[in-house]
Amino acid sequence: MRCWLVVLSLCCAAAWADDWRLKTVCPPGFVSDSGVCRFSSLYSDYPSLQDAGMGGLKVGLPTPRDGFTAQQIDLGRLLFFDPMLSGDGSVSCASCHQPDKGFTDGRALSRGIHGQTAERSAPSLWNVGFLQTLFWDARASSLEQQLLGPLYAEHEMGNTPEQLLASLRGNPIYTDLFKQAFGDKGLTLDTIYTALAAFEASLISLNSRYDLYAHGFHEVLSEPEIEGMNIFRSFVARCGECHTPPLFTNQQLAVLGTPEPAGRPLDIGAEGPTGDRSLRGGFKVPTLRNIELTAPYMHSGRFKTLRETVEFYTKGRGHAVPEGEHLSIHWHIWDPKLTDTELDRLVDFLKTLTDQSFMPVIPERVPSGLSVADALDHSETVESTPVAMGDSP
Amino acid sequence: MKKITLLLSLLLCMPVLANDIVVKDGESIQAAVNKAVNGDVILVQPGTYRESVYIDKDNITLRGVVVEGEWPVMEGDHKLNDAILYSGNNVTVEWLKIMHYKGNAIMGQSGNNYVIRNNWIVDTGVYGIFPQYGKNGLIEYNVLSGIEDAAIYVGMCDNVDVKHNEVFDSVAGIEIENTRHALVENNYAHNNTAGILVFITPGLPIKTAYDIIVRNNFVVNNNTPNFGAPGSIVSKVPVGVGMVVMAADDVKIEGNIITGNQTAGIVITDLAFVTDVASDTESEPNPDNIQILDNLMFNNGADPVAEVKAAMLTKFKTTGPDILANVGSAQEPDNCILNAERYTSFGIGKWSKCDITTTADVKTYLLPADAAPREIETDADRVARLYKGICAGCHAYNLRMIGPPAMAIQAQYYDNPQGIADYLANPVKKRPDFPPMPSQGHLSEELRLKVAEYMLCLSPKKLEAVAATQGQVAKCEKPSN
Ligand code: HEC
Ligand code: HEC
Ligand code: HEC
Repeated sequence: MRCWLVVLSLCCAAAWADDWRLKTVCPPGFVSDSGVCRFSSLYSDYPSLQDAGMGGLKVGLPTPRDGFTAQQIDLGRLLFFDPMLSGDGSVSCASCHQPDKGFTDGRALSRGIHGQTAERSAPSLWNVGFLQTLFWDARASSLEQQLLGPLYAEHEMGNTPEQLLASLRGNPIYTDLFKQAFGDKGLTLDTIYTALAAFEASLISLNSRYDLYAHGFHEVLSEPEIEGMNIFRSFVARCGECHTPPLFTNQQLAVLGTPEPAGRPLDIGAEGPTGDRSLRGGFKVPTLRNIELTAPYMHSGRFKTLRETVEFYTKGRGHAVPEGEHLSIHWHIWDPKLTDTELDRLVDFLKTLTDQSFMPVIPERVPSGLSVADALDHSETVESTPVAMGDSP
Repeated sequence: MKKITLLLSLLLCMPVLANDIVVKDGESIQAAVNKAVNGDVILVQPGTYRESVYIDKDNITLRGVVVEGEWPVMEGDHKLNDAILYSGNNVTVEWLKIMHYKGNAIMGQSGNNYVIRNNWIVDTGVYGIFPQYGKNGLIEYNVLSGIEDAAIYVGMCDNVDVKHNEVFDSVAGIEIENTRHALVENNYAHNNTAGILVFITPGLPIKTAYDIIVRNNFVVNNNTPNFGAPGSIVSKVPVGVGMVVMAADDVKIEGNIITGNQTAGIVITDLAFVTDVASDTESEPNPDNIQILDNLMFNNGADPVAEVKAAMLTKFKTTGPDILANVGSAQEPDNCILNAERYTSFGIGKWSKCDITTTADVKTYLLPADAAPREIETDADRVARLYKGICAGCHAYNLRMIGPPAMAIQAQYYDNPQGIADYLANPVKKRPDFPPMPSQGHLSEELRLKVAEYMLCLSPKKLEAVAATQGQVAKCEKPSN
């Protein structure tokens, strides 16, 4: 159990392998049901049209990834924070997905091992278990497939499957923990991926003030926030047409034509994995939950503030498309002529989507004995090296 | 504590009475909505109302009162966004005149069992009537004009009847998009760019459109130059088309009078019809099983757009057809027609003859009982749901989870709900072996007290009842002391 862990680590620094016990209680937001953790929330009671899991206020969610055991989720938590997963032991998943920054890293472009720069900004991982496709360009279709990207990309975690397996298997604590979580299956690449996915899918943020409003507690939002909500879902701003509640994404690709940081070429987005010219510059609509915490914004981290980000939408259809480029810009991107006050109200509303009440506990220590804290600080402290354009799967 | 308990039980026993709430010229419709509870009827008197109204409650009727031709007018002055936006179930909007909004006149986001009728909508922004993500809706006897996209736009809905409406001087008259089980009947669609559209639009989260009947409509003289916003889907629709079926399946077209549309009467097409739109591999592009039963058509195609003219020239004609099956799958024999010889046509050579002659057996696509009825929520239900949705994620009854068990908290706070309410607003760290509890300060004082009260009277029996009724939470009538 986690709390036990904390106490232990305070009293006796050199712990033996058998001191490590995985939690047997499901994380908040999940209830234990025949030995596995099932997602449960107020939204679970609502229907949604065609079971699409979106639409309006009292509307059900898409099918969650659940059914993992409490132990698997807890093991995933240790793996997520353990820099042993990277090639040189310096970077953990949490280096780029830091809990206190909405599981992002506060950088425009993420930094991997040896200070190499990733091509895009790290997205939030809150509610990631509901997503059908992953990455900005939607190129992965499961959490297990997605995580192969960062683990083995030379400029992110720079590991190899062989080294990953060897290093974990060489660690008696991990072999024991995998036995606790997976029984006879033990420690394999598959169980590593499953545990990570289990932890990611447990990151639930659905208890914001907005959610209370949605469930009928209208008094929790202030006048300006309600005004912002109405602008958000209005057919002038149309934010809700793509950032559709309850997840604030309709999980589709959309071509917006957002600008790249100065000096960087156009990111072709979904044209890359699909080869479809009409998807050039297309990105998956991102969730806006905990958006207050995840600056800078957009796939390139081009915008530093929410105000700037929101203003993008009213500066004219295609205003940031580079000279000579043609993008098939989405029809909901138009010229809504939002006033300064409306932009302010939109930002007010976006801040009602903050909820970290189910924040997982950052482990004080991980089985490798490497420093969780140093890995969390990694992207602050590492020297930047010139951009490496690796190819993540 | 006694007082609260009493109040709660009073709330539980009181029957909910539906009320009329009258709004007069100079007053605010929204203020009335804020006051309204389940079942209330808001009566809007003649006058001018400059506001955007949102209805996030169930079972509310917003009804204009028309007196000797004087209507209640919602006036957007080309400045306000939408006139009416609802998300609740069982919302009715009727007898309102709505003008000059920038967005939509009446927009629904996921409300089921909606009724929108007898409204008069003029020169209002993007869509006139736009229910979205709704099941089981009726749109009838509305008159709409001057809309720069679709006057009536049913987007991503199931089970809808669109009947007896007049739509004109708009880019599209009626658009049924990514929707199933729709009946479009007895409407008068004239002088739009295009009269009636039945579309699958790619890139939307709900991908299909099928089981749609378009019957007994007048679709006349839809020749208004396209004034759709640049980049919008309808801006790509050619001028002078009576009806377009794009990529939708199982569409039956019967008994319509389709005349005077200068490009074509009916166009059946795949997704290639709209260009420069990001493609979507999950949208099935072909129009399958389209059935054109008997319709009255003449005088269509007098001055077709260039592409259609070029196609017709291959048949040595310079005028457009009554029926045009665009390239590809639209021309396949899974589509059918009755009495094909009556019409001028293009591309229907391989079509089969329909084996049905009428759709009369379908009277309506509305559901016999309301869709997804939800229990009428009392105050106590809301509190129980709040506890279940938020607190129960960390507090089990008699077992340690993230937080201490409710049973232990009951022992500690049994006569002191206020103590819990205060703690919720500002949870200080108490137990060394537990993590800190996240603040619930965003809950109002009143709610915190109610939820505290609820926590104090939880019992295993009640929790079993909760499980047994799958979330319909048992009431907590009696405090535990
Ligand atoms: C070097 C920084 C870095 C590290 C380390 C890293 N990520 Fe990421 N992560 C990113 C970036 C950047 C993206 C977006 C990349 C893209 O879309 O092309 C991303 C995307 C994701 C996504 C997709 C989210 C979405 O909404 O589509 C998930 C899930 C994710 N990472 C999980 C992980 C896990 C699990 C680990 C550890 C195995 C990890 N990441 C390690 C930077 C990182
Ligand atoms: C056509 C669909 C669409 C509409 C409409 C839309 N968005 Fe977006 N939004 C996206 C996509 C796609 C991205 C990612 C684009 C990129 O990275 O280049 C995005 C990104 C964002 C981000 C940054 C998210 C992040 O994690 O960095 C914010 C904030 C945002 N949108 C807010 C809004 C607001 C407010 C509105 C209404 C004014 C709006 N959006 C309308 C599709 C849409
Ligand atoms: C994310 C998990 C979490 C959620 C959600 C949560 N709690 Fe707690 N709660 C805790 C933890 C952990 C403690 C123990 C804190 C401590 O002792 O320092 C606690 C303690 C308490 C206590 C004991 C206070 C005391 O003085 O000892 C009460 C009462 C309480 N919670 C009520 C609630 C109610 C009511 C809700 C819902 C509105 C709620 N909690 C939601 C985790 C949670």
